[in-house]
Amino acid sequence: MSTTLGTTSAVAIDDVSVRFQSKRTEVTAIQQVSIDVAPGEFVSIVGPSGCGKSTLLKLVSGLLKPSSGTVTLLGEQVRGPRHDIGFVFQRAALLEWRSARRNILLQAEMRGMNSAEAGRRAGELIEMTGLSGFENALPHELSGGMQQRVALCRALLHQPRVLLMDEPFGALDALTREQMNVELHRVWRETGTTVLLVTHSIAESVYLANRVIVLTRRPAVVKEVIEVDLPAERDYSATMARPEFASATAHIRDLLGAVTGQD
Amino acid sequence: MDTDRTDRWRGVVERTWRPVALLAACLAIWHLITVTGMVEAYLVPSPAKTFGLLVDKWSYLWGHTWVTTYETVLGFVIAGVLGVLMAVAMVYSRTIESTAYPILLFAQVIPKIAIAPLFVVWLGFGFEPKVIVAVLMAFFPVVISTVTGLKSVDTEMLELAATMGGGPVKTFVKIRFPAALPHLFAGLKVAVTLAVTGAVVGEFVGSNEGLGYVILQANGNMDTPMLFAGLIVISLVGVLLFLLLDLAEKLMLPWHASRRGAAVTTLLAKGTA
Repeated sequence: MSTTLGTTSAVAIDDVSVRFQSKRTEVTAIQQVSIDVAPGEFVSIVGPSGCGKSTLLKLVSGLLKPSSGTVTLLGEQVRGPRHDIGFVFQRAALLEWRSARRNILLQAEMRGMNSAEAGRRAGELIEMTGLSGFENALPHELSGGMQQRVALCRALLHQPRVLLMDEPFGALDALTREQMNVELHRVWRETGTTVLLVTHSIAESVYLANRVIVLTRRPAVVKEVIEVDLPAERDYSATMARPEFASATAHIRDLLGAVTGQD
Repeated sequence: MDTDRTDRWRGVVERTWRPVALLAACLAIWHLITVTGMVEAYLVPSPAKTFGLLVDKWSYLWGHTWVTTYETVLGFVIAGVLGVLMAVAMVYSRTIESTAYPILLFAQVIPKIAIAPLFVVWLGFGFEPKVIVAVLMAFFPVVISTVTGLKSVDTEMLELAATMGGGPVKTFVKIRFPAALPHLFAGLKVAVTLAVTGAVVGEFVGSNEGLGYVILQANGNMDTPMLFAGLIVISLVGVLLFLLLDLAEKLMLPWHASRRGAAVTTLLAKGTA
């Protein structure tokens, strides 16, 4: 076990490959990828559609085993589903018979957390994400943005040290998406959670992250890692207007263009 | 408040007038056919005569209705419990699923009326053979619908549950089973109407009580008014049990029923017409 990596990183993906067995051929989804995420860091992962970005998150959460290489989460090698993470998917995946609040509390019930403590924590998160007044609404009564906020609260309820997000705002309209970006940024600053975000939006990846990892198309390898040179406190419009933001997004766009235009 | 109440009544009227009108039309046609003498009275009794008989022979019919209802409900409950258990076993074990499916299908396609005599030979003329036939009729839709329901759970939801670490039992109780309830209820509604048929089929084969027996007796005596009365009571038992399940569904699944308003009324209309 790579303890040297484990002590310094929140997430350490070390020389990981994933191969899927289809009928007769073997498809390599991810090839010898290594990514290190420091505690408290926000890392975005971008890449062409179907390149295996989501697969990376499944590896970190232990929902999927790598064909080779090791994944270490919070100093401990990942061998099966891990419970010390929070996960947000593109679809909110809410239980439609439970109110917003009870959907958030599902996390506590599954874990057998103290219910008073969980209730207090849920209240805080509801307030932090602007869900106040919608606690008792059923999922179908909520907008897409609101549903995704509920999913975010549920993922944060147990105060995980690592939050995995798989295109969480992909299904939202542009304006709601921007609002959610601003809120996620604030939540990240307030909680200090390590975040690994998979996204299709270049602007989103740069605005939110300390580092952006650009993957190539299948089989995915790390094309480049971009350090985002922006202040920690990021006002949305002001950040968009900064030259560093423009150059970073332009560079990533070039990389992705080059990556997708390979053949 | 007052407008609320009138609105509600308007809603009830709006939802019920069509099936009521259709029912009235059917009764009117029935009446006309018998009054004009298009069909001999001994073949088709008039509605008045039939309903008059229902009132006159009420205590006689009531006893037999109770027997049939008892057999139906008992068969339905047994089929419901066994069906759900079977479905859970099939969803959680591929071996059980592949082993049981052919037998299940075989049991379903055997004509129940053809094997009912066997149960009478084995178990006599009591209520047991009728209950068994009702169970056999009702079991299949419960299994199929519950399997579909349990399998239709979002994979992402199950993955999420895995990261929450609640284990298979909590995942089943809090996520999988509730998610399967709409499908389960759909199956139960079909099952309860089939259970009525099963009980009556059981009674046809060998019985000295129940509505199936009433109809056979009336048939033997060429007593068509009693035949019609028996048919009406059997239908009413089925409709009533169906409506009870529909009510239970509404109470248990308000989150689902609330988005389905129109579909319920069409089902109700089918049930009563």
